[in-house]
Amino acid sequence: MSDMIREDGRKFDELRPIKIEAGVLERADGSAYLEVGGNKILVAVYGPRESYIRRLLEPNTGVIRCRYNMAPFSVGDRKRPGPDRRSSEISKITADALRPALMLENYPRSMVDVYIEVIEAEGGTRCAGITAASVALVDAGVPMKDIVVGCAAGKVNDEVVLDLSEVEDKEGQADVPIAIMPRTGEITLLQSDGDLTEEEFQKAIDLAMEGCMKVSELQKEALMRKYSTE
Amino acid sequence: MIYVENKDLVIPGQVLADDECYPGRGTFKEDGKICSSLMGLVSLRNKKIRVIPLKSKYVPKKGDVVIGKINDVRFSMWDVDINSPYSGILPAFEVFGRDKKELNKVFDVGDVLFLRVIDVDEVKKAKLGLKGRGMGKFRGGIIVDISPTKVPRLIGKKGSMINMIKDKTNCKIVVGQNGLVWVKGKEDMEQLTREIIHMIEAEAHTSGLTNKVKNKLYLAIDGELPVEETEEEFVLEKPKLQNFKEELEQEEREQAEAEAEVEDEAETEIKDEVEDEAEEITEENEEKDAESKPDLYEVIEELKKKNQNKKDKNISFSDNSNNSFILNNR
Amino acid sequence: MVNIVPEITRESITNLIINDKREDGRALDEYRDISIETNVISKAEGSARVKLGGTQVIVGIKPQLGSPFPDTPDLGVLMTNCEMLPMADPTFEPGPPGDDSIELARVVDRGIRESELVDLDKLCVEEGKHVWMLFIDLHIIDNCGNLFDAAELAVMAALKSTKLPTATVVDDEVVIDEENTFDLPINNEVAMCTFVKIGEKMVLDPTLSEENVANARLNVGVTKEGRICAMQKGGAQPLTKDDIFTAVNIAISKTKELIENL
Repeated sequence: MSDMIREDGRKFDELRPIKIEAGVLERADGSAYLEVGGNKILVAVYGPRESYIRRLLEPNTGVIRCRYNMAPFSVGDRKRPGPDRRSSEISKITADALRPALMLENYPRSMVDVYIEVIEAEGGTRCAGITAASVALVDAGVPMKDIVVGCAAGKVNDEVVLDLSEVEDKEGQADVPIAIMPRTGEITLLQSDGDLTEEEFQKAIDLAMEGCMKVSELQKEALMRKYSTE
Repeated sequence: MIYVENKDLVIPGQVLADDECYPGRGTFKEDGKICSSLMGLVSLRNKKIRVIPLKSKYVPKKGDVVIGKINDVRFSMWDVDINSPYSGILPAFEVFGRDKKELNKVFDVGDVLFLRVIDVDEVKKAKLGLKGRGMGKFRGGIIVDISPTKVPRLIGKKGSMINMIKDKTNCKIVVGQNGLVWVKGKEDMEQLTREIIHMIEAEAHTSGLTNKVKNKLYLAIDGELPVEETEEEFVLEKPKLQNFKEELEQEEREQAEAEAEVEDEAETEIKDEVEDEAEEITEENEEKDAESKPDLYEVIEELKKKNQNKKDKNISFSDNSNNSFILNNR
Repeated sequence: MVNIVPEITRESITNLIINDKREDGRALDEYRDISIETNVISKAEGSARVKLGGTQVIVGIKPQLGSPFPDTPDLGVLMTNCEMLPMADPTFEPGPPGDDSIELARVVDRGIRESELVDLDKLCVEEGKHVWMLFIDLHIIDNCGNLFDAAELAVMAALKSTKLPTATVVDDEVVIDEENTFDLPINNEVAMCTFVKIGEKMVLDPTLSEENVANARLNVGVTKEGRICAMQKGGAQPLTKDDIFTAVNIAISKTKELIENL
């Protein structure tokens, strides 16, 4: 346990403020908006739908395709529009993180498209993207075993802390983003970037999982709020 | 142990019950627990637990009646968009038998048809046909699209909801199980009907909806809320009950309304039986609409005259209106 | 993906418009509800989100120091780019901007550029060497029709909210002071009115279904003094001189309302 206070005043196991809203777009089959710290993420889901990209389709089940994209104005120095190596990798691991939860056997040869737009980035966009994407998938009515949720832990000033901000990510020693299916605790995304001892790594995973469970509650609240107010 | 109650709103992954129930649609079993796979309402009946989704895509099923749009005309069939991840085909044989005809003279790209799913192949492609009363091309009217899961709610118990709308607006309404609804009547009534249908879609999971719809209808058409006593007058005043069957329906509907409070509660739960009724009702629609929606052979005859007829069609329903664009290629 | 409009939809929309009515109850020269929010992205020097009915666009403005064009050594540079994101519409595909996206960016840019609303003189840091380049990035996130007017409003609102860091030249090097900012100098204001032609009538602020039914489009950009600064005709169907004059006349009064609300 640590009573260290972080540069933004948080405790080691404290998340940044989070806001999640389900069903924010008209055209998409499902959508979600998420703010965590200074991140603003918008996700739209289309499908299951017919796809003309035959080589991607599977005869026994539906498939998921993700596109993670950062707006040119989402970061300090303007980012050139279009995919780069980083966003391609994140797109791939996001699809891998969501896939285990999907139950698309009833939709063979169909495609579910998940479009993640980072409107503003402030550290931890991939986890935020996955968290928002799951809410958008539920909003679209895509059958799933669980609502995948993402959260990161990392090491800053030799301390393992939860949910790194942009500054902490840059100055810190390690970042461990994960995504889990909260009902079973199974991990569907894991990356680790930096220097950690085995003990620190275990601590980071435990902390990140706790963070995931907290965010998971906010996902549920957002969905319930969308459909139970009337 | 059952952790939820009937009509509870649940989300994917939520544990609904332990082993003692049977997992129905919208649920799955894992490690001896029954969980929801969808966001929707719980339906608990005879130890069978199901989740009725709030939203879902239409997957074609043999025997369903659907509304489809001709997307392409090919050598011996039409490609039909049925508002689904899976497209449909209408083989020329289903329309002309063995006769050889030019397909695009009969149904052309952009035509909207009322069809039946004859068969679904292993990759869910739907083979469509026109066998059944009222099947064929729609003329005039508007198309409203709703989530296919809301179709039973729109129809209501024994058709109570849809009949109430039809009676009050004097619109013809045909509901496809794929979530497309055809409405034809006076222009302002078409618009009102569209609004009402969207309201039912948005509030399908709430209770007391029948009364809400009734109030909205009366307020829009009569400028005042329905009063219990005037209910009968309304029935008497009504100029034409088209046939005996509809009168019976009307009676049933009123009985149902007498128990409004209780009924409404019950209606929220959308049952298999109601889903089946979706079809019955659409068949009833077919009967009522028979005059305007000619059957198979008349369709062909009329379509031969399509070009000359174009103007007439517009004149007879010059006050057509429309709602949001439909049949988008999702 | 093809988007075939059902014949009965085409008929019903056309018939409504012939009778001066629309599916959403508006008059032919009436806008849907508009909401404009500025400073929605703290990392952008200027930003806005506009909702026009169900249509939503986000604009972010980022400055970068760069070299001026050789023929205008003392003027700043404006670059407008538009991404029609695949999230906005089931028929939009991922990938580099297509023709529609480029046309949209260029038409919106024309309104801004030709109305000379950004004082490009003041964006010059050192003549011939360093000027501010303003990147105007348009993000289309929900397409319910009439992206043009929503985009022009968003760009206009974002420009008005833009604050630039001060840049000075010290010993041949540009020093940027992020602490001291100044408002982007704006000389003028502009708004755009877009029409489609349906059933011989010019319809303002078309919805998506109206756009799908129509075969001709006209964009009219007007400044706050009521001067026409940008136009574009799109679509396969020709327009008559009367159609265009009618549209221009409506545009001049409607843009006034739009600008007042900025």
